[in-house]
Amino acid sequence: MRLYPLDISVYLIRKMLMRNRILFRLQFPKRRYSKVIKSNGTWKSVVGLEVHAQINSNSKLFSGASTKFSSPVNNNVSLFDCSTPGTLPVLNKRCVEAGVLTALALNCQVNPVSYFDRKHYFYADLPTGYQITQQRAPLAMDGKLEFQVFTPGIHKSPYKMQVKIKQLQLEQDSGKSLHDTERSLVDLNRAGVPLMELVFEPDLTDGEEAAALIKELIIILQRIKTCSCKMEEGALRVDANVSIHKEGEPLGTRTEIKNIGSVRGVAGAIQSEIERQINLKNSGGTVLNETRAWDAATKTTVGMRDKEVQQDYRYMPEPNLPPLHIAMGPIERGCVNADKLRETIPELPEATRERLKGEGIGLTSEQAIILVNDFSLLNIFEEAVTKRKIDCKLLANFLINDFNTVLNRNNLEAGDICCDPDYYGEIVELLQSGQINRNTAKLLLEEIVSGNQSRPTQIVEEKGLAQITDDDKLRKLCKETLKENEKAVKSFKSGKSKAFKALLGSVAAKSKNQADMAKCSDILKDLLNKI
Amino acid sequence: MDKILLTDIKTVSRCLNGGVLTSSDLTNFSLNRALKTLKYNAFINITHDEAQKHAELSSKRYSKKKSLSDLDGIPIAIKDNFCTRGIKTTCASKILNNFVPTYNATVYQRLLDAGAVLIGKTNLDQFAMGSGTIDSIYGPTKNVWNFDNNSEDFYIAGGSSGGSAVAVASGVCLGAIGSDTGGSTRNPASYTGVIGLKPTYGLISRLGLIPLVNSMDVPGLLARTVDDIVSILNAVAGFDPKDSTSLTKPYRKIKLPPANKISIKGLKIGIPIEYHCQHLSKEIYDVWNEIAQLLASNGAIVKQVSLPHTEYSIVCYSILNQCEVASNMARYDGIEYGFRADEDSSTEKLFAKTRSIGFNEVVRNRILTGNYFFINQSQLKKNYEKYFAKALKVRRLILNDFDNVWNDVQVLLTPTTLSDAPLYSDFVKKTNRDQCAIQDYCTQPANMAGVPAVSIPITHSKKGLPLSLQLIGRNLSEPMLLALAKYIENIVQFPHFVTKQDNKSNEEYQLLFLTK
Repeated sequence: MRLYPLDISVYLIRKMLMRNRILFRLQFPKRRYSKVIKSNGTWKSVVGLEVHAQINSNSKLFSGASTKFSSPVNNNVSLFDCSTPGTLPVLNKRCVEAGVLTALALNCQVNPVSYFDRKHYFYADLPTGYQITQQRAPLAMDGKLEFQVFTPGIHKSPYKMQVKIKQLQLEQDSGKSLHDTERSLVDLNRAGVPLMELVFEPDLTDGEEAAALIKELIIILQRIKTCSCKMEEGALRVDANVSIHKEGEPLGTRTEIKNIGSVRGVAGAIQSEIERQINLKNSGGTVLNETRAWDAATKTTVGMRDKEVQQDYRYMPEPNLPPLHIAMGPIERGCVNADKLRETIPELPEATRERLKGEGIGLTSEQAIILVNDFSLLNIFEEAVTKRKIDCKLLANFLINDFNTVLNRNNLEAGDICCDPDYYGEIVELLQSGQINRNTAKLLLEEIVSGNQSRPTQIVEEKGLAQITDDDKLRKLCKETLKENEKAVKSFKSGKSKAFKALLGSVAAKSKNQADMAKCSDILKDLLNKI
Repeated sequence: MDKILLTDIKTVSRCLNGGVLTSSDLTNFSLNRALKTLKYNAFINITHDEAQKHAELSSKRYSKKKSLSDLDGIPIAIKDNFCTRGIKTTCASKILNNFVPTYNATVYQRLLDAGAVLIGKTNLDQFAMGSGTIDSIYGPTKNVWNFDNNSEDFYIAGGSSGGSAVAVASGVCLGAIGSDTGGSTRNPASYTGVIGLKPTYGLISRLGLIPLVNSMDVPGLLARTVDDIVSILNAVAGFDPKDSTSLTKPYRKIKLPPANKISIKGLKIGIPIEYHCQHLSKEIYDVWNEIAQLLASNGAIVKQVSLPHTEYSIVCYSILNQCEVASNMARYDGIEYGFRADEDSSTEKLFAKTRSIGFNEVVRNRILTGNYFFINQSQLKKNYEKYFAKALKVRRLILNDFDNVWNDVQVLLTPTTLSDAPLYSDFVKKTNRDQCAIQDYCTQPANMAGVPAVSIPITHSKKGLPLSLQLIGRNLSEPMLLALAKYIENIVQFPHFVTKQDNKSNEEYQLLFLTK
C-alpha cells in the first residue's frame, strides 16, 4: 500500500549525522587481510561481536507491511510503521518462531517469558522516537557456539573455538536516511523490519576468529532458514568491539566498529583496528571509547564522532505489548512451542563436519571445513556420495582443488554452475576406474563449466578422451618419445635423474594427456634401463 | 420536534422503527441543536457532511426495515483524540491541528457498523492532559449548568472529555465517546450530570485512541441513562486483534432487567474509608452517606472497607503518566505528519522548534518531567529505579488493595469528584498539575488497577450543580456495576439538564411521535 506520495517523504534536513552513510555501504572485498598480531609482543587483543540478523519473514515485526528488499521508496510502510497516532503494534508470530529456532540452534536458554522495551532517541528515520527492542528480558540467553577457525593461507591447520552468546533479542530496524547537500530524504521501507540481535561474549582474539564465527553463524541461519544472511542487502550486519591489553592487566578501553558488511570485512576491520590500537598505545597514545566505521576502500577504521555525548536511551517497558510467553516442557500455553520447533532443526554444520570426518567418509578436518563452508560444493559432494560408490577423499579433493581451480580461473562460484550435481560424481568415477586420467578430469570440468550439457562419459567418447591403458600402445609411445629426446636420454644416463621427469612430461604431451602415466613411468624406466 | 433528542436511545429507536421519524430528520435536529449550543464550545468540529451522509444511509435502511442495531441513526459525538478517517483529529493541539487520519479507531468503526451517526468531534484538554477541558487550543468547554450568557465566568465541564460530556448533557447527542486515563470520562460526567463509564482495561479496543498513558487509557462512554450506556457498550466492546492488550475473552452483550425488577438484596457494597479525604466537600459527603444508607435500607450489605495505598495513588499516577507521556509524545517531530516548524538549519533544531511551538506548556512540562524520571545514565543518576520502577511497585500495591477488597465486597461506592463543578475563575487559580491531583483523587485508582467504574449523577448541590457518585467493580463486572447504577438511577431520578428545561416525560414524547 502506498501511503503518501514521495514529496511528503522528502524532507529538507541539512547537516544530518553521517551514521547512515556508513550503514548501507556494500562491500565485496576480494583480497584477504593481513595475518599479523598474535606474535606482536606483549599485547593481547579481545574481540566481541554483536550481530543484527534480519528475520526471514514476509511482513514486519509489528505490522503487516511487506519486507521485500528493493521495493520502491516508502512502499512497504503501514500506518504503524510511520508512527501514525493511535496505531498499535501486533507481534508477528513468524518472527517469534524464527527467534526461538535460532536460539535453540545456538544452544541458548529460551526465556519462557520475555518483554519488549522502548529505546528512545530522536532521529529522522526513527518515526516514533523509540525503537521497540528487548532490553530487560530478551527472548533467549546464555548460548554457546563451537566453530572451526581455518583460513587457508593464514592458518596451517584448523583449530576449534567456543564463543558464548549473551543474549538473543527481537527488535525493529529503523528507516533509512539519504543525505545530499541540500536536503535529506527518509525511506521507511526498512522501518519495523524484524531483526534478531545476537550479542556474543568477548571470547575471541582476532579478526580471523571473528570472521570464522560469522561464517559459521551464516551457515546455521541459512540451514534453519531464519535469515537470508545476504550481507550485501544488509540482512546481516556485524558490529565488533575491540580492545587490547597486556597479559595480567585488566581489559583496555574498547572501540566499536559499526555495521561491517561482509565476512572478510569482519576479519579486515578487526585486524586493522587491533593494529591501530597497538600502534597508538606503543606511541604513547590512549584508545578512546568511540564508534568507528570500517572503510573497505582504504582498509582502515574511521572515527564516527556520534558518541561525543553518552546517549541515555531512557528505556521503558513497551506498554502496548503483553509479555511474550513461549511454550516449552510442561508449559503448553505460549505464542509458539519451543519443543516442537526444536524437532524441526536440521543437521547443523558442526555435526556435518563430524559426519564427514567419521566412519564411511573419512575426510580430513580441512576438507570437512571447506566443504561445509561452501553450500554448493557440499551439495555436490553429498549427492555424489549417495548415488555412486566412489572414493570420498578423492571426490573431496577433486572438488576442493580441481573444481575450485577451474571456478577461480573462470571467476565463478560453485552455485553459478547449473548442471546435474551427479556429473561431478560421474567424472570422479571415471577417474577412479582409470577410464580417464586426472588431466582429462580437469578438461571435463572445463567443458561443464563452459556450458557443455553432455554427460561426462559422452564427452569422453565423443572427443576420444579415454585414457590409453593398452601396454603395447604405451610402449610404442614411450619408445617414440625416447627417440625424439636423445638429449634428455643422454643427460639421464649421465646421472641427472631430473631428466626422467622431463621425459615423462613429453610422453604426456605426446599422448595429449591421455596416457596412463603410472604405467608410462614403469615402461619408461624399463626402456631406459635397457639402453 | 427536536425534543425527541432529549429522550433516550430506546425511545428514539422505537420512533425510527415505527417510521414516525427518519434518521435524516433526527440528524438535522441534532446538527441544529449543536449550532444553537455553540456557546458551550463542546465541539472542535461539527461533521455536517458525514452526519448527513450517514443519516441518509440509515434512513434507507429503516425504510427497508433493515436497521443495523438500536444505535442505527442515533447521533453520537466522539472526543477529538480518536482517529476518524478523512476527518481532522487534533487532540486539541497545534501539533495535530492539520492531522487527518486515514483510518478509523475501532470504537468509531464499530459505531459506524452499528449505524450510528457522527455529529462531531468534541473538545478536550490538549492530548487529554487535564481535568477541566480548559487547556485546548480551541478554548475551554463550558458547563451547561448555571450557564450565564451575561457573565465572562462559567462553571467548568470537567475533563478531559468535557466536550463529549456537554454534547450529551446539552441534548445534542444521545451518546458520546470519551477517553479515561485517570478519570477523564467520569470527571466531566460528574460535573455535567450524565452517566460516565470507564470500562475494564482491555474490554474496548484502544486502536485509534491517540494515547496518553497506554497502560491506563480506555475509551469511556457517556450518555444520559444507564440503558443508553449499555446500548453503546454492546456495540463497541469486545476483542480487537489489532490491539494486543484487548481482552480475548468473547464479549457477551449485557441485558439489564427493568429497574423495578433489579434487586440488591445481599449485595455487598464497600465504602472505602480512604476516599473520605481532606478536600471532600460536605455536600458530596452527605450524598455519599445518604445513598449508602438508602442502599442498606433496601437490602444491600454496606460496610466500611480499606484500600490502604490510596493516598499514594495520585503521586504514583503522576509519575507513570508523565513517563509514558514523554515516550508517547516523542513521535511528534513534524516529519511524518502534523505541524512542522519553519526551520531547516538542522534536524535537531527542526525537532526542537516544532515541538516547542506544537505543544502547550502542560504537555512540554510532562515531557520534561517524564524524561527526568527515566534518566539512567550514571551511577549517581538512577532515576529510573528511584522513580519509575518504584512507581510501578506502588501501582502493584494499589492493584493488590483492590484484589483484597473483592474478598469482602462486590462493589465499591465512592465519590467521583470531591465537589460540584468549580467556577472557571477558581479552577485556573491552581496549576494543571495541582488540579489533576485533586480532581483525579477518587477516579484514578481504578485506572491504576484497570477495574471498571461508573459515575452516576445523584442530585443537585445548593448552587444547582450536579453531585455524582462512583461505583467501582472488579474486572469485567460491568453487568453488575451497570445494573446497580440503573437501580440507583431509578431511585434518585436525577433531573437532567435537558429534562429540567422541558417537563414532558419520555413516554409522553413517544406518544407524541407515535400518534403524529
